[in-house]
Amino acid sequence: MSLMEKHAIFEKNSIVLLVGILIMVAIGGLVEIVPLFYLKSTIEKVEGMRPYTPLELAGRNIYVREGCYNCHSQMIRPMRDEIERYGHFSLAAESMYDHPFQWSSKRTGPDLARVGNKYSDKWQVEHLSNPRSVVPDSIMPGYAFLAKTELDTKHLTEMVQTHAFVGVPYTADQIANVAADVKAQANPDDKGVDAMLKRYPKSVARDFDGNAGKLTEMDAMVAYLQVLGTLVDFKLYDDKANLR
Amino acid sequence: MARPVETKAFTLEEMGYSLFLALLAVACVILAGKAWEPQMAFHAAVGAVFAAIGIFLIIKGYNDRSAQPAQEIGGKPNYNYGPVKFASVASMFWGIAGFLVGVIAASQLAFPALNFDFQWIQFGRLRPLHTSAVIFAFGGNVLLATSFYVVQRTTQARMPGIVTPWFIVLGYNAFIVIAGTGYLLGVTQGQEYAEPEWYADLWLTIVWVVYLLAYLGTLWKRKEAHIYVANWFYLAFIVTVAMLHLGNNVRVPVSVYSYQSVQVFSGVQNAMVQWWYGHNAVGFFLTAAFLGIMYYFVPKRADRPVYSYRLSIIHFWALIFLYIWAGPHHLHYTALPEWASTLGMTFSIMLWMPSWGGMINGLMTLSGAWDKLRTDPVLRMLVVSVAFYGMSTFEGPLMSIKAVNGLSHYTDWTVGHVHSGALGWVGFVSFGALYCLFPWLWNKKSLWSLKLVSWHFWTATIGIVFYICAMWVSGIMQGLMWRAYDKLGFLEYSFIETVAAMHPYYVIRAFGGLLFVIGALIMAYNLYMTVVHGEDAEGATAGSPALAPAE
Repeated sequence: MSLMEKHAIFEKNSIVLLVGILIMVAIGGLVEIVPLFYLKSTIEKVEGMRPYTPLELAGRNIYVREGCYNCHSQMIRPMRDEIERYGHFSLAAESMYDHPFQWSSKRTGPDLARVGNKYSDKWQVEHLSNPRSVVPDSIMPGYAFLAKTELDTKHLTEMVQTHAFVGVPYTADQIANVAADVKAQANPDDKGVDAMLKRYPKSVARDFDGNAGKLTEMDAMVAYLQVLGTLVDFKLYDDKANLR
Repeated sequence: MARPVETKAFTLEEMGYSLFLALLAVACVILAGKAWEPQMAFHAAVGAVFAAIGIFLIIKGYNDRSAQPAQEIGGKPNYNYGPVKFASVASMFWGIAGFLVGVIAASQLAFPALNFDFQWIQFGRLRPLHTSAVIFAFGGNVLLATSFYVVQRTTQARMPGIVTPWFIVLGYNAFIVIAGTGYLLGVTQGQEYAEPEWYADLWLTIVWVVYLLAYLGTLWKRKEAHIYVANWFYLAFIVTVAMLHLGNNVRVPVSVYSYQSVQVFSGVQNAMVQWWYGHNAVGFFLTAAFLGIMYYFVPKRADRPVYSYRLSIIHFWALIFLYIWAGPHHLHYTALPEWASTLGMTFSIMLWMPSWGGMINGLMTLSGAWDKLRTDPVLRMLVVSVAFYGMSTFEGPLMSIKAVNGLSHYTDWTVGHVHSGALGWVGFVSFGALYCLFPWLWNKKSLWSLKLVSWHFWTATIGIVFYICAMWVSGIMQGLMWRAYDKLGFLEYSFIETVAAMHPYYVIRAFGGLLFVIGALIMAYNLYMTVVHGEDAEGATAGSPALAPAE
């Protein structure tokens, strides 16, 4: 009873109430969030992760812009059916350069964490343009406009710089060559292809949208989809060393 | 004769806001001229127009007013109802718009041709528009209206400021317009319920800080020693939403001339911060604040005191402390470390108790007045909302258990759970509050038609039942189909087979949503008729005096 009477201090003083609330709501977040920034086990040690190429990053921005995360997850859970359906479960390291993360919370469509290299570029273009032409029961909207829209690369350098600023390890060389690399990756005949491939290991230069000579949003989108889940070398990955 | 004539002057407050809006207008014009993308130019232009309208309204308000508004008229507080009225009408408007967009999005899932392969209205852009329109536009305006009303009535004081209350209400709705048009134009941060881009976030921060100050300012003017319990919940909502908003929107703009920005956190940390934000948008925006509505409108409508003062103290502190921890249950079995996800599950289960504490306190407030449920459909709506609250706060902890979540995560079960809370709890408690507020604000004897309220109640309730049952079936079915194996040990269904199986349930869901929209349209008509044709109440102020403080 006396304890309840003591509560009057909160009821009679709005600032005491305010501070009380702040303390109560701060604790949970601090305990759950702060350790993730310093516990070394949070992100596994892996071989092969690299920042997105400028073209892939542009594709990723389109992925975010169109709200793909509303229906597609990029997070395979360690369950038998998911591993059989999609591949090795997702590692924290695989999204460590993702600003923002796109794990999503809904699978109206299938998971895309390892969709890279599963389908041909042609299939991806066809499917994005008219999903029901390749998957009759699909309920995905069509994104044919991607193939018709030229990719806006005017400020891509600043975009990459901003990613570098928040901690993605882009080198000065990579930042200096954004304009050249974005062109080279979508055109295998470009002079700059070799330099691009050297700057971004495991990347590929292809005419992703099948429309030579034109750099479209479809090029970027397909380049992004084709790199998803392909970077970590699971032959070298030691599950046991990363037990958490 | 000797009475001093009160001189009318442009107050410091009016001057401050005018100057601020003038600077903002200039900045927006510069931004519009130098913008990198058409989206940014458009939003900067909208910002400039809004700022100019704001200055115009301040000057018009100055010309129209005689002197400082009276704090009291005839010994009774002169409450500031203008902004409350605006937010009430706005909530009705945004509600119908948001529900309608929801029905369209639901229909797109049932019939994909409805996307028309048109960039601006395809599902990926419409879904954030729907969630933001119902949570922030509809819910937000209901909260502004009710919190302004409740804090004034329970403190017996007029809100401070001439421009400030209007700045909050209009500024918030300006944020809604910027955010909503942004989604359609592809301006998004790509994080659920935190989609508005950096400049909209900044603007909301300013509005929100003013909101907090105005709310505290009203509390400071109170004539009661004790702060009424509804205000604890509103205050927790305002403070915590500010904290979450700042924590989850730490972004670096690519340039001030660009709408694009980059999230500072990445991957697993970004995920944790996002669901700390996302789950507590539910916990504080859609729960704590709406409990504030419950604590004022249920006792008022039932004409009974709150059931238990002790219970309200215990469940208030327990609720706000435990809710914050629950975020990681959105990340079970993901790359989030298991210790965090286990913590999230544990606290989610504990959260069941304070949630039901609130439900019990709301329901038991009716003891001695249960008979009113037969005659008063508004009270019925309020009580059923609390029942839905009890149901979804039981379902939530259940779904936060890892074994259950393994099945439910990524499926429509989550969507159904959210909607039993959103339509049943948030929707109904808001409707109940608005049905009370309109006659009070416009000084009417009663609603134009109680029969139409009954019609609204049943149409919407049946709609909700269709909706959540369809989602339970489709969600659990899809979860089971994904993990089904055949006799030979192969996965039994391809992914697309599970999509095809959803079709009938998506149709039923869209139908349920349509019923809910029809209910809201009935409500809008009823409220319109109440304002225009309702019978005026006698006396200057409607409603009985404010409730006794909790003690």
